[in-house]
Parts: sequence; C-alpha cells; structure tokens
Amino acid sequence: MIRAADVTVGDTLPPLTLHITRADLVRYAGASLDFNPIHWNERFAQEVGLPGVIAHGMLTMGMAIRIVTAWTGNPGAVVEYGVRFGRPVPVPDNAEGALVEVTAKVAKLLDDGTFKIALTAAYEGKSVLGGATARVRLP
Amino acid sequence: MALDQSFIGRTYPPSPAYEVSREKIREFADAVGEPSEIHRDPEAAKAAGYADVIAPPTFAILVSMKANEVLVMDPELGLDYTRVVHGDQTFTHHRPIQADDRLVVTTHVDAINSRMGNDIVSVRAEISTEQGEAVTTARSTLVARGTAAATEGQA
Repeated sequence: MIRAADVTVGDTLPPLTLHITRADLVRYAGASLDFNPIHWNERFAQEVGLPGVIAHGMLTMGMAIRIVTAWTGNPGAVVEYGVRFGRPVPVPDNAEGALVEVTAKVAKLLDDGTFKIALTAAYEGKSVLGGATARVRLP
Repeated sequence: MALDQSFIGRTYPPSPAYEVSREKIREFADAVGEPSEIHRDPEAAKAAGYADVIAPPTFAILVSMKANEVLVMDPELGLDYTRVVHGDQTFTHHRPIQADDRLVVTTHVDAINSRMGNDIVSVRAEISTEQGEAVTTARSTLVARGTAAATEGQA
C-alpha cells in the first residue's frame, strides 16, 4: 500500500484501459439493481434516440475509480469520489466492447491531509466523465 | 412545467434499513471489476484495519438511488421520471460501508433549478447506521430533460 510520504503533487498514476462489454452491463444491472432497458435492450435504446445500448454512467464511474484503488492498494482510502456524467458510452455487441481510457494524477494536498486526485475517462478520444475527482487518505 | 420550488429544503422520512451483506459486496466488486481481497476476504479486511469486508467506493448507489425513489416518484413534486437522467454523483465516505451494516437513508432536496429547458433537482442522501453513525453522504443531480421548456425565457 502506498504511503503519503511516497506521494508528490503532480505524480501520474499508472493508466487504466477498460473494455466495457454487453456482459459487463448485464452483470452490473444485476449487481446494482438498475434495470433501465437502455443498458440492455437495443430496440428500446434506439426508440429513445440513442445510437444503441449504452453503459450505465455508474458502471463507468465504478470501473474508473480502479485506477485509484489499484494505486492505493486499499479501496477504503477513497474518502470522496465524484463525477459529472458527460456523453454516453455506446457498447457494441462484440467481444471487445467499448474501450475507455482512464488517467489520473495527484492534483493537490489538502489541508485535512487528504490528496485530491483528478481523473479523466475518454471514449474515442472524448471525455465521458466530467470533473472527476477523488480524495484519498493515505497512511 | 416548472417544478414546485417549495420542495427546496424538504426532507423525506428515513428509509427502511438496508442490510449490507458480504455476498452483495462481492457481487458489486465483481461487477465493477475491482479485484481487491478487502471486498471479499474478512481476514484481508482485518489486516487492513477493518472489522469486516468493506464495500467499493460506489456501492452506496444501491442504497441512495433506492431511497431517492421517494422523491422521483412523489406525485406532488411532479418530476417526469421517464425523462430523468443522472447528471452527476458524488460520494463522501465518513467511513467505508462494511458487511453487517444496517443503513438508513434520509433524502434531502437541496436545490431545484431550470436550465436550458431541463428541470434539475439536487438531492442529498445522508446514509447512516440505524444507531445514527454517519457513514456516507451521496449527492446527485437528477435532470428531467426538456420538461422545463414551457417556462423557458420567462424567468
């Protein structure tokens, strides 16, 4: 587990590449109890004007924070995490799924001793999570 | 139709308790691809200083979204839930959620705005144990797309 003494503002976290597949959407729907058909029914998604089935914003959010938890080694170190849901992530019906690239860097050491981490998540080069930040408390 | 501004500051009564289980935590961790043993193995969790396995950072959505339904479905507020999308979401953890927690949620309406034809409701779900220990504050905005169009330009 990383310690506060090892961290410098400006440090970049190891990047994370997500492949979000239709199977991931089904699994997340079951785990989160969010059964909105835009996340599993192609016909319904198109009827409401979407290009097709899209990922739950909460799934992209929940997967993206792994860039921080993998770095801290302790998911309980994340004391705050927030995002804006930007453009949707369409998930094609194939094995590779939607490719989302996640980056993060240490933005600030706050007065309460926590570090502010700024995250980005991009699909086809465009941001899908706006203003994503986490605060972590390290030993 | 613009939403009733008198709902700003309203607090809904506490939800029924949500009982957090090890299995649900494991299932949620699997669903977001979080591999940490601290979500799965009580011994690994104890070694990291926790009483039992802890939940991933976004697990609280299970508890907060359910509780927010009281507001979304409140006919007096008149939010068109068929047009509601999730605008943003923030979790502030006063401590990690852990297995065996019995969590209750009090839902607060912090703000109601109209912007570009959308009704935007800022909701705060205060999640605590039944004994009143603060666990997580979940803030979200719910955006009803196009529902404020009738009043646009009149503000």
